[in-house]
Amino acid sequence: MMRALKRLSPAARLAWVGLLTVLAGVAFMTWNVRAGWAFTLPFRGEKLVAIALVGYCIAISTVLFQTLTHNRILTPGIMGFDALYLLLQSVLVFSLGNLFYVQINAQLKWLLDVAVMTGAVCALYYWLFVRQRRDLHLLVLVGLIFGVLFRSFTSLITRMMDPAEFDALQDVMFASFNQIDGSLLGISLLVAAIVSALLWRARYAYDVLNLGDDPAITLGLDQRTLVMRTLVGIAILVSIATALVGPVTFFGLLVANLAYALAGTHQHRYVLPLAGLLATAILIGGQAILEHLLHFGTGLSILIEFGGGLFFILLVIRQGRRS
Amino acid sequence: MIEIRNLSKRYGDSTVIDNVSLDLADAGITAIIGPNGAGKSTLLGMISRLQSIDAGTVHIDGLDITATPSMTLARKLAILRQENQISTRLRVIDLVTFGRYPYCKGRPGPEDLEQVQRALAFLNLDDLAQRFLDTLSGGQRQRAYIAMVLCQDTDYVLLDEPLNNLDMKHAVDIMQLMQRASQAMGKKVIIVLHDINFAACYADDIVALQNGKLAFQGHPEALITADKMKALYDIDMTIERFKGRPIGLYYA
Repeated sequence: MMRALKRLSPAARLAWVGLLTVLAGVAFMTWNVRAGWAFTLPFRGEKLVAIALVGYCIAISTVLFQTLTHNRILTPGIMGFDALYLLLQSVLVFSLGNLFYVQINAQLKWLLDVAVMTGAVCALYYWLFVRQRRDLHLLVLVGLIFGVLFRSFTSLITRMMDPAEFDALQDVMFASFNQIDGSLLGISLLVAAIVSALLWRARYAYDVLNLGDDPAITLGLDQRTLVMRTLVGIAILVSIATALVGPVTFFGLLVANLAYALAGTHQHRYVLPLAGLLATAILIGGQAILEHLLHFGTGLSILIEFGGGLFFILLVIRQGRRS
Repeated sequence: MIEIRNLSKRYGDSTVIDNVSLDLADAGITAIIGPNGAGKSTLLGMISRLQSIDAGTVHIDGLDITATPSMTLARKLAILRQENQISTRLRVIDLVTFGRYPYCKGRPGPEDLEQVQRALAFLNLDDLAQRFLDTLSGGQRQRAYIAMVLCQDTDYVLLDEPLNNLDMKHAVDIMQLMQRASQAMGKKVIIVLHDINFAACYADDIVALQNGKLAFQGHPEALITADKMKALYDIDMTIERFKGRPIGLYYA
């Protein structure tokens, strides 16, 4: 069977994963329907779209981030995205108070989240990459340090909070696929679609970038511009996913590496859609099984982080052995 | 012709390339030699726009490299640097096909694939075309990279110490290949070499760098002499003749 799998063309592999995704979607929509269809379809449909969008954003941003950094155990999370998100939430809760935070206009908060996270990356990027002409690795390192700083600020603020406020904050500190605000879906989808279309145009250039920065320049790629644009795209996608469900760290690592293994090619025109579909299939399938087979309300994100974390350790050990 | 004028590069306080002006005329093979830290790789990196220029200019066939679009330069000049680490698993044929990117932008047509086949054949890689790079020996991998560079179909081919980590046979193979490429395909090969005797045997023009400055430039016959080698490498060398070329003996 393994041999038959090896012979499959990348397009066929993509089709199989696509089929798997559709099956997961159908299972999620139709399993255990107790209320009428008129209620169930829109109710679950909204959740389905939201989960698919989050999975997609995380997968695409991770694959591209790994292509930019030439490193397969990094995720955009290392730049301190989730830390910034948490800091923003704790500042909001702390300054506005618990009640106001819960009642805050969802669209407005979404806009604020996405704008702050994307803006922070662009500012950092502009400072180091454009003004100082430093390279991407320094940018990632500085992002890492900022992440630690943000986390420390967050813990300082949480220490000064009263317990009720801390309770409200606790809700957003872990990713949750159950409390997605449907009113944010439209705008999130639109932005993700535009960003994806722009990124997709560079799919062949990303293959060249995989060779390394010097070979890419030798082959005529405007590497700095490509890295800059892609980084902004990644920031937007990560912000969308984080603003919808909260911080998810290891999941991208899991799907990106699974996608590389399953795609059987280095070409981004296969790896990117495959990673997106795979992420969707895993999240939706996992949610369906958790909700309907195991009757779990929450906890998918915890399971995914657990699986992803184990996978991460495995990757590190394997890489260590190879070198 | 590559014209280099008043080129300088500094890292902090240390000047790596110090006001170098020289012409790399259209000789078949130009060798760049010099002791460690003379700035050979940096010079090559600056000529090929991989490293930024602090002062001075580089013109390739009249094109200012800082003002010319990267894609235009990619059809004029190809460079292979010392360390090539690829984060994905690639087959030889995929790597070589990347050499066509400046022309096909990732969608190779029949003409591109023909060029790829020709480059593979030129480097005797036909049988290895479907192998993954990480399953090849050092010499085979170096040949695959050179095939990619040749596939880019540029007038100028720059190689930064391509003989590193190769045994004698493979090193000679590579040098003979480059000689054939320059004679049969009309390529202008500019190559950084550690072993002066490879430069003496194969180069039509030698550029010697020392402490970031141009020390000598000329034909091996004029350049490989005991005096100049003493001045360049601070080592006593006996110059003998081998197949009509000067050869330096310095092993004891």
